[in-house]
Amino acid sequence: MEALPLAGLLVAATLRIAVPYVFAALGGFYSERSGVINIALEGMLLTGAFACVVAAHAAESAGLGGAVAGWLGVGAACVAGGGLGALHALICVRFGANQIVSGLGLNLLAMGATKFLLTLVFGSSANSERIAGIPSWDLPGLASWSVTRVLFCTPLVLLAVLAVVVSQLLFRRTVFGLRLHATGEHPEAALSLGVPVVRLRWTGVVLSGALAALGGAWLALEQHQFTAGMSSGRGFIALAALIFGKWTPRGAALACLLFAAAEAVQIQLQGGALGIPTQFLQMLPYVVTMVALAGVIGRSRPPAALGRPLEPLR
Amino acid sequence: MKARGTRVLPGILGRWARPLAGPLAAIGLALAAGAILVAVLGQDPVTVYTTLFDAIFGSAYGFGQVLFKATTLIGTGLAVAVAFRAGLFNIGAEGQMYLAGLASAAFALALGDGCPALVAVPLVLLAGALAGALVALLPALLRAFLGVHEVINTIMLNFVAFALGSWILVEKLALFESVHTAEIPAAARLPRLETMLPAFRGAPLNLALLLQLLLCALCALALWRTRWGYEVRAVGLSESAARSAGIPVRRRLVEAMALSGALAGTAAANFVQGYKYYFEEGFTAEAGFKGIAVALLGSTHPAGIVPAALFFGALDRGGFVINGLVPKEFVDILQALVILLVIVLARPGDVAAQVRRLALRRREEVS
Amino acid sequence: MNTPALELRDISKSFPGTVANDHVSLAVPRGRIHALVGENGAGKTTLMRVAYGELRPDAGEVRIQGELLGRGGTARAIALGLGMVHQHFMLVPTLRVFENVVLGHEPRRGAWFDAAAARRLVRETAARFGLAIDPDARVGDLGVGEQQRVEILKVLVRGARVLILDEPTAVLAPSEAEDLFAILRQLVREQHTVLLISHRLHEVLAVSDAVTVLRDGKVVDEMPAAQADLGRLARAIVGREVRAPSRARGSGHEPGGRAVAPLQETEVRVTDRREPVVLRCDSLRTAGKREALQSVSLEVRGGEILGVAGVEGNGQQALAHALLGLEPVVGGSIELHGEDVTRLGTAARRARGLAYVPGDRLREGLIPALRIDENAILGRQREPDLGNRAWLSPRRVAARAETLLRRFEVRPAMPSFPAAVLSGGNQQRLVVGREMGREPSLLLLVQPTRGVDIGGIAFLHERILEARDAGRAVLLVSADLNEILALADRVLVLYSGRVAGTCSAAEATPARLGLWMTGGKESEA
Repeated sequence: MEALPLAGLLVAATLRIAVPYVFAALGGFYSERSGVINIALEGMLLTGAFACVVAAHAAESAGLGGAVAGWLGVGAACVAGGGLGALHALICVRFGANQIVSGLGLNLLAMGATKFLLTLVFGSSANSERIAGIPSWDLPGLASWSVTRVLFCTPLVLLAVLAVVVSQLLFRRTVFGLRLHATGEHPEAALSLGVPVVRLRWTGVVLSGALAALGGAWLALEQHQFTAGMSSGRGFIALAALIFGKWTPRGAALACLLFAAAEAVQIQLQGGALGIPTQFLQMLPYVVTMVALAGVIGRSRPPAALGRPLEPLR
Repeated sequence: MKARGTRVLPGILGRWARPLAGPLAAIGLALAAGAILVAVLGQDPVTVYTTLFDAIFGSAYGFGQVLFKATTLIGTGLAVAVAFRAGLFNIGAEGQMYLAGLASAAFALALGDGCPALVAVPLVLLAGALAGALVALLPALLRAFLGVHEVINTIMLNFVAFALGSWILVEKLALFESVHTAEIPAAARLPRLETMLPAFRGAPLNLALLLQLLLCALCALALWRTRWGYEVRAVGLSESAARSAGIPVRRRLVEAMALSGALAGTAAANFVQGYKYYFEEGFTAEAGFKGIAVALLGSTHPAGIVPAALFFGALDRGGFVINGLVPKEFVDILQALVILLVIVLARPGDVAAQVRRLALRRREEVS
Repeated sequence: MNTPALELRDISKSFPGTVANDHVSLAVPRGRIHALVGENGAGKTTLMRVAYGELRPDAGEVRIQGELLGRGGTARAIALGLGMVHQHFMLVPTLRVFENVVLGHEPRRGAWFDAAAARRLVRETAARFGLAIDPDARVGDLGVGEQQRVEILKVLVRGARVLILDEPTAVLAPSEAEDLFAILRQLVREQHTVLLISHRLHEVLAVSDAVTVLRDGKVVDEMPAAQADLGRLARAIVGREVRAPSRARGSGHEPGGRAVAPLQETEVRVTDRREPVVLRCDSLRTAGKREALQSVSLEVRGGEILGVAGVEGNGQQALAHALLGLEPVVGGSIELHGEDVTRLGTAARRARGLAYVPGDRLREGLIPALRIDENAILGRQREPDLGNRAWLSPRRVAARAETLLRRFEVRPAMPSFPAAVLSGGNQQRLVVGREMGREPSLLLLVQPTRGVDIGGIAFLHERILEARDAGRAVLLVSADLNEILALADRVLVLYSGRVAGTCSAAEATPARLGLWMTGGKESEA
């Protein structure tokens, strides 16, 4: 067994696995930095995956090519996820209801609605029809090595990297980022200075839905179908990554890589290499998450106004 | 200026109108939204809802099924509600119930045939409750002593619990080529209610219902009539005030969460001791998550949880039957809508504002 | 130009159950410092919120530099040149000074935030108005006086020419207040106008040109500062004779600052008997990031009130929490009745006779969402006469609550309602009544009359004196010097986590205490 190709494969696998986590964690960033807790990342992931498959399948049935259909699926995912985000914003920002329960409710809604529509559209309550997915680009030289093929030739991976970089710049260097920061820390102060807090919160939450849904679209395109409950807790792990990464895009992305690496290792070991039962390996990502969260407490401070609805002005 | 809406109905009806308004409106709106959904899909909402109604109330068997499903939901709803009262979110009821079912089945099998029913039943029940409490203990300790929020931890533990349980089942306990254990001895089983009430023949309704009702009463007593319960509620409403008052906050948090896990554990008895008489992969059927909806709809009070569990149990039963018309997940959508509507329509801030207005009016009258 | 810089014409504003402003008119000429005084609840804050556009009045109009404010809201008020410096700072602690100052009004280069331009703007404006501040400091690390300067910068940078300052000296030491007045005078020199809201009468008179008095939502008096005297002002503010505490102590100098009718001189209490020491702290040290105690030693005996004075943030909260067992002690000891309780928890200390009226009643003293009768037993739910063993008897809880509500005149007396329905003053009565009902040997009070109406203050002061006369040891922590001077038998001043000085009440002059409060030494006086 060659060490270098194995390492390369592991890195490539880590990058692929990290994509949905990164998109979801970025989504969480925008929402939570604006002051709204988002537990619904899981449901948004799932919704994105489903919307992607439905759109892509419809497009393919209409005669469009696999790649085009895939991109249409991506677009549909963003819209669907944004819609779910808008619902969360309506409940939490407009009505000031309990943000954690809203997230839980939306997760249940997404779970139920996707299974419901799955049965209606595809006739099965377990999985959908297959879609072609978006192929990697065949760039000379880069496409031959596993790591560079993932990093430079896979469109959605590139998009994820771009999203992280843009988000980090947005947060630290733009007026929007400054205002977002203020809104999550001290919305009353921001409001008193004319910052449109309500509009920023809506933006943050809707954006979180669209981004998390992108993660779901990736999952669907990678697996070439939608399976009921395919998000498998990734949305919650992404939230943990956000916390671990101290609520910054860069930190969250690094944390996602960490969790993805653990998962990549777990998958390798599932081949029976070390004799560990599959069920214990399946537990690994969740256990790693719990350990990471326990370890980072006290050093990772959430935005001060997180979870607190804005007092309505009389 | 008259404070609107507080004394619209006379007497005892008036006293209940305000707290019931939110949940009832949520149910009504959810059903209306469901009707629209059904219509959009080309089915007749009237047909769907009458079939639903018929499945629930049309026969004693049907109603027995409703009661049976409601029993589990009372258990998980109570678990979530007790945790809520302490300010904790127990999303792990599903995993706690799952491992409790496994533990109680394993314990019952280990007990064997020798034990008399009067001893076996409570012991097996206790084994399940203990297992549930232990599973809940980890996130409780992490929250009380490290300050880690329990939402993500309880969710993570669900996945861990399923994986662990699956391994134990496959390795140790499963019957050949099945996903369930052997049947537990007759002594450990809960008797069916159909023996006493023949109308319910065929429905798996069993003594677990009475057990859960008893637990509801006990929880209500504990929370509102004991010093311990007072302290737990104080912690749930304001940790800082409780701490200043000398209440041992961390201890109460852990105790409340452990109790919550134990209650989720008892919910397993309905299936394991009262229905199939074995532990089966997937027996929880989302009851832990539905418990959240039940707790919210029931305003996190045992008195509200029973009707809320009946409502969701009715939906579960109905969903099963309308599966020919619309996919049974229609019911899951309804339940999610109820959760979302309840938190919007019954916000505590609203209540406080109403009360303040009433108080101001009274003050003007007095001074 | 004769147009007033700020004019409020016939402003009326009501809320359910109360009239906050009743046909209030006020005009401030340009280049002046005008003071608006009145007690808590007189309507000052509402009036200022109307002026700033945060609230729309039911009637009347606001004119800023001659222009009508209309329905524009705060954005328009700012555009017209009005700037509001709030009492509770509206600053984002994790951001830097320059970021806080330009927030909402940021200089840009395209989509990017022009941080360099922002820093430059802050530096220039600060220099022009004599505000010493470092633009790159994180606001969370700044002291109170510096944070206030950031607030002032915020409004100046937006072109405010009319500034409203809401209780600016409430959190400042006397010398910091002097620094602020210097800044205000510089503002006036630069053709700006200032409206000062305060209840500290003698500070107000020191720097203002004219004073307007508000009472029960109406303007009751208005005078140039030269013609004002404390007596006339106090009477206008209160409008009636106030029942002064019967065993209160005149301090021998002008009461100044507090809107209470002048206190009557009463006999000075002479104690020959020395009661035993109830509380002793020896070199107490805590570790918190801010407000840590460095080394505090003090003693309180039965039957005396030890007043702990000092500007907020110098260790008072840490001391209270350390005494209660909520703050870990890293050095020194605490003794109750001679027993070392340093390692004991809160419940154990309360069981040994400690009662606590916290400064932050909504977070520590009460549970607003909980019923009033259940709040009445908070911290006392383990008392045996409330029920049989593990049970709580609703009947006995109700009886206990009823007695408390009656004895401490808590209104409205509706025990089944959440405590949130009570006004601040009534909530405080509930808390004080509950804690005093324990018949404690040590009563620890932190800012006990903050946010309480004048009648409530007198009532609570009477109860505190009663407790002392009944032989209890009382530790009174207050940022209000006049409250300390009125009640304490001995005074101790905290500065930077240490005891800056202690003396008996007779020796406690505002000058001496003020010196200690800012870290000065006696010889510098």
